[in-house]
Amino acid sequence: MLSNAEWEAILLSLQIAGTAVGWILIPGVALAWFMARFEFRGKALLDGLLHLPLVLPPVVVGYLLLISLGRQGFLGQWLNQWFGITLPFTWQGAAIAGGIMAFPLLVRAVRLSLEAVDVKLEAAASTLGASRWRVFFTITLPLAFPGLLTGTVLAFARALSEFGATITFASNIPGETRTLPLALYTLIQSPGKEAAAARLCVIAILIAMLSLLISEWLAHKAKKRLRERDD
Amino acid sequence: MIDEPHDGPALMAQSGSEPPARHEPATGLSVKVDKRLGNFSLRASLTIPARGVTALFGASGSGKTSLLRLIAGLDTPDSGVIRIGEQTLVDTQRSVFIPPHKRRLGVVFQEARLFPHYRVRGNLTYGMRPSARSRFDTIVALLGIKSLLNRFPATLSGGEARRVAIGRALLTEPRLLLMDEPLTGLDGPRKQELLRYIARLARDIDIPIVYVSHDPDELIAIADHLVLLDQGRLLAHGRLEELLMRFDLTEYLGGFDAASVITASIVEHDHHYALSQLRLEDGQRLTIPIVDKPLGTTLRLRIPVRDVALALSTSEQVSYRNQLNASVEQIGLVAGNKTSIELRLRIGEQVLRARLTRKSFDELGVKEGMPIVALIRSVAFDTR
Repeated sequence: MLSNAEWEAILLSLQIAGTAVGWILIPGVALAWFMARFEFRGKALLDGLLHLPLVLPPVVVGYLLLISLGRQGFLGQWLNQWFGITLPFTWQGAAIAGGIMAFPLLVRAVRLSLEAVDVKLEAAASTLGASRWRVFFTITLPLAFPGLLTGTVLAFARALSEFGATITFASNIPGETRTLPLALYTLIQSPGKEAAAARLCVIAILIAMLSLLISEWLAHKAKKRLRERDD
Repeated sequence: MIDEPHDGPALMAQSGSEPPARHEPATGLSVKVDKRLGNFSLRASLTIPARGVTALFGASGSGKTSLLRLIAGLDTPDSGVIRIGEQTLVDTQRSVFIPPHKRRLGVVFQEARLFPHYRVRGNLTYGMRPSARSRFDTIVALLGIKSLLNRFPATLSGGEARRVAIGRALLTEPRLLLMDEPLTGLDGPRKQELLRYIARLARDIDIPIVYVSHDPDELIAIADHLVLLDQGRLLAHGRLEELLMRFDLTEYLGGFDAASVITASIVEHDHHYALSQLRLEDGQRLTIPIVDKPLGTTLRLRIPVRDVALALSTSEQVSYRNQLNASVEQIGLVAGNKTSIELRLRIGEQVLRARLTRKSFDELGVKEGMPIVALIRSVAFDTR
């Protein structure tokens, strides 16, 4: 049903988006918790920085990645010298681009749900002898779980659809960084591939719909568990 | 109030347990704190005994909840020291601050604060110490929450939720139980019921309780000691009976509804007239509506000041069933009340307050030290 190139693009997209979300999940939740629970100087500035990828042209993000993590970039040089890690033009590089673009969405959703958790319950847990970690994992996180789920799916979808930063930083290499959007772009650029482009377009829509439905279903289940009345 | 004469919490049956210690042992809580919160400032220096129920009492805005939060470690004082027994919980000068989860103080909040995603059982065991496991069944039975164990908090009534919250705090084996207006928002009968559980708790489980309240009825029903706060300042602290006797505190402790607390033990039940005979420790008798408690049980009785009338001699001609021989110990006034005179009467070792109009006072010719008869209506006994 699907051609090899199509499969390759789909699997690569899922791999890159999954890796991106995996990388940003813990720092994202930690940052969201920090922003939700503490007041500090420069919070507004940090908040602004955090949201920058949402409002910047993705090409700018890709360019910034290139000059920092590229072979000549200050971080890229260092990574290459000490660990032999090269990021530009690799699928890991594409995952970094996707992760950075998805980060604000994840943090925002998780932060909102953490802010909705009653701090009075956390205080009650601490008087029952629970350390901060225990309070977080047994009270805060479970109560914020639907929001965490939403944030994760949003981030996944964003990473999946990432184009500008990816093509700038990781290029468009078949089997390495040619994700679904890039493959679609390539087809559109090639004369006589209209049908193939339309197929990929439908596939992209299906994948996006599917992830939204799965997240809705999971969030619904989680909420139902929290509000459970009788049994 | 005689709506629930059988097994009401204010009966404070004390049989089988000693009355709370008269002097305060050194292992109590000592607090000396300063805390500013916007326009409000709290400044208090007091000790809380290691036994019995101590009520933190005052109008809203008096600082009682702020004080409780400081003790629990949910807030830090601007300066000051808080100690429990030998352990320093807070000392701002030495930069000591033990976080709430290491204080081993149980807190029962006004709104119960049960965890919505845990069942009642999960809530109860959340902070349970392994050593408390054997007491789980006892505490569950004591609080009457066995049938609720598999329910989620959202399905509980207000009274049930608070009982679970009390059990949850007790199972952490706290050194002290802090209760922040645990009866707020409950209706009359639920209030009575929970008050009864708390009174039983103070009696059966030997744990000091700090009880925050703004309701004089509540504190008279369960407190042994009283800490009286007004606008962030400590007005007085000491034994409840003693503070209730002070004319200068009357306006804070119920005003018109001020009352005395006396203790007496049951010596006889009269089932025909449904009355119980009580004996005061000086031998005088009192009759109250029948109380469903065994003979010998010591009861704590609440006698509203305005339900005590006075006569110069005993008389058979009045319907007042209870006539106690007393002597006038002190005569005083209550600020803001120009019509009435307050009297403190001594009956053996106990003290009873009475209030009469200035006119009657002059007509009777009341003088300090003179013998007098206190007339108490049977129904005036608050057996709640």
